[in-house]
Amino acid sequence: MKYRLAERHKLLRVITKMLVPPIMLFGLYVQFHGDYGPGGGFQAGIIFATGIALYGIVFGLDKAKAVFPMGWARNMIAGGVLLYAGTGVWSMLQGAQFLNYNVLAHEVAHAQHYGILLVEFGVGMTVAGVIIAIFYSFAGRPPRMSDEDW
Amino acid sequence: MADLDHLSGLVLGLYNYWIVIALMMTGLYIVMACGNLVKKIVGLNVFQTSVFLFYISMGKVEGGTAPILTGDPAEMFSNPLPHVLILTAIVVGVAGTALGLALAVRIRESYGTIEEDEINAADVSDARLGKGGRA
Amino acid sequence: MEIYVNVVLMGMLAIIALAIVRVRHLFAAVMLAGVYSLVAAIVFVSLDAVDVAFTEAAVGAGVSTLLFLGALALTTRREKVTPNRSFVPLLVVLAIGAALVYGTLDLPKFGDPQAPVQTHVAPFYIQDTRDSIQIPNIVTTVLASYRGFDTLGEVVVVFTAGIGVILLIGRAHLSQRRHDDDESGEEA
Repeated sequence: MKYRLAERHKLLRVITKMLVPPIMLFGLYVQFHGDYGPGGGFQAGIIFATGIALYGIVFGLDKAKAVFPMGWARNMIAGGVLLYAGTGVWSMLQGAQFLNYNVLAHEVAHAQHYGILLVEFGVGMTVAGVIIAIFYSFAGRPPRMSDEDW
Repeated sequence: MADLDHLSGLVLGLYNYWIVIALMMTGLYIVMACGNLVKKIVGLNVFQTSVFLFYISMGKVEGGTAPILTGDPAEMFSNPLPHVLILTAIVVGVAGTALGLALAVRIRESYGTIEEDEINAADVSDARLGKGGRA
Repeated sequence: MEIYVNVVLMGMLAIIALAIVRVRHLFAAVMLAGVYSLVAAIVFVSLDAVDVAFTEAAVGAGVSTLLFLGALALTTRREKVTPNRSFVPLLVVLAIGAALVYGTLDLPKFGDPQAPVQTHVAPFYIQDTRDSIQIPNIVTTVLASYRGFDTLGEVVVVFTAGIGVILLIGRAHLSQRRHDDDESGEEA
């Protein structure tokens, strides 16, 4: 019995629909709990981008680009670097050296915490944007092999 | 008997580094000897990961644990500084891999092949015919 | 006990690397590279580097395999079998390997707490994190606070790589023209 392509991948579609929201939630968890356990900006950006990539692989690139357009990925790439460097410049505007977090709040421990959170969020944004943009670039080229040749 | 203990101590104390050297040389061999561009990039990844293993092996402290504070004032940690360096290096490595693969895709579209000797032959014949470089 | 786990895992890594050399089908080579990264992540866990293991598993076994498969779909599946070009690289590799093994005989033993690398700046970072920053994950504090400038450089490197890939293959030009029927050789 021959199934149509959409029915052949029914299991993948159902599992992906159930998995993509927890993947994104886990990415955000890893981002903001990087201070208390293993994690941080890099891992979180990659996990978030993997969720979008999984959706794109199973449901097609057009649907993935409808959910997360390429323009958002480009803005995230630049926005992350701006956030990181902007934190450093904000420290300079408060009177200390570049990227000296001690002047961002009244107590040293709180100020360091704020600085680290902002900076890690910038890192996570850039990494997520870059991986999604690279995935869209590779997947957007017309392929040279059909699906049966693998 | 003391010689055997000394030898086994030497082997176990340096085993990690010797395996790292074997992995590094395997990666280097793949980069040098294989003509396919994508396989060369796979070899480069093998090489990079072996370098990461080297750094992290140097940072390990016997009896230590992962460098996350738990409130116990007398615990020993493995050195966190190599971990930081290797975190940066891993992400830079994947960036380099992505760029290398993008270049391989463009080469395939320009030359029709990604084998190194065929690309060199095409360049030589282009130069002999007086044509400029391909797009 | 832990030393035996380490020995077995590193042995597995060597076997996987040798298999990558021998295999001709590129899809199998890419999958073996993913397995290699995953076993390396397990080795990192046994060496107490949990952040690094997290990143290596996500990057090596996740994103890197994805990129390789995307590139394989746009290029070829099999490696061409070249007759005999592996003698000189083998000699070079054996010579370099022998020199490196001779160099490792001076290294401090694996796990030595008095090695120079453990007594230089690491105790200061650990103690200062306890006193002034008070964030449990020391790797994050070193990454984002003590060595924050290096991390800025690294974010800029990732940014540049993203821009590079978008410029190279971001536009879906159907550039299937052969070079021999085109005189200018320059795309728009």
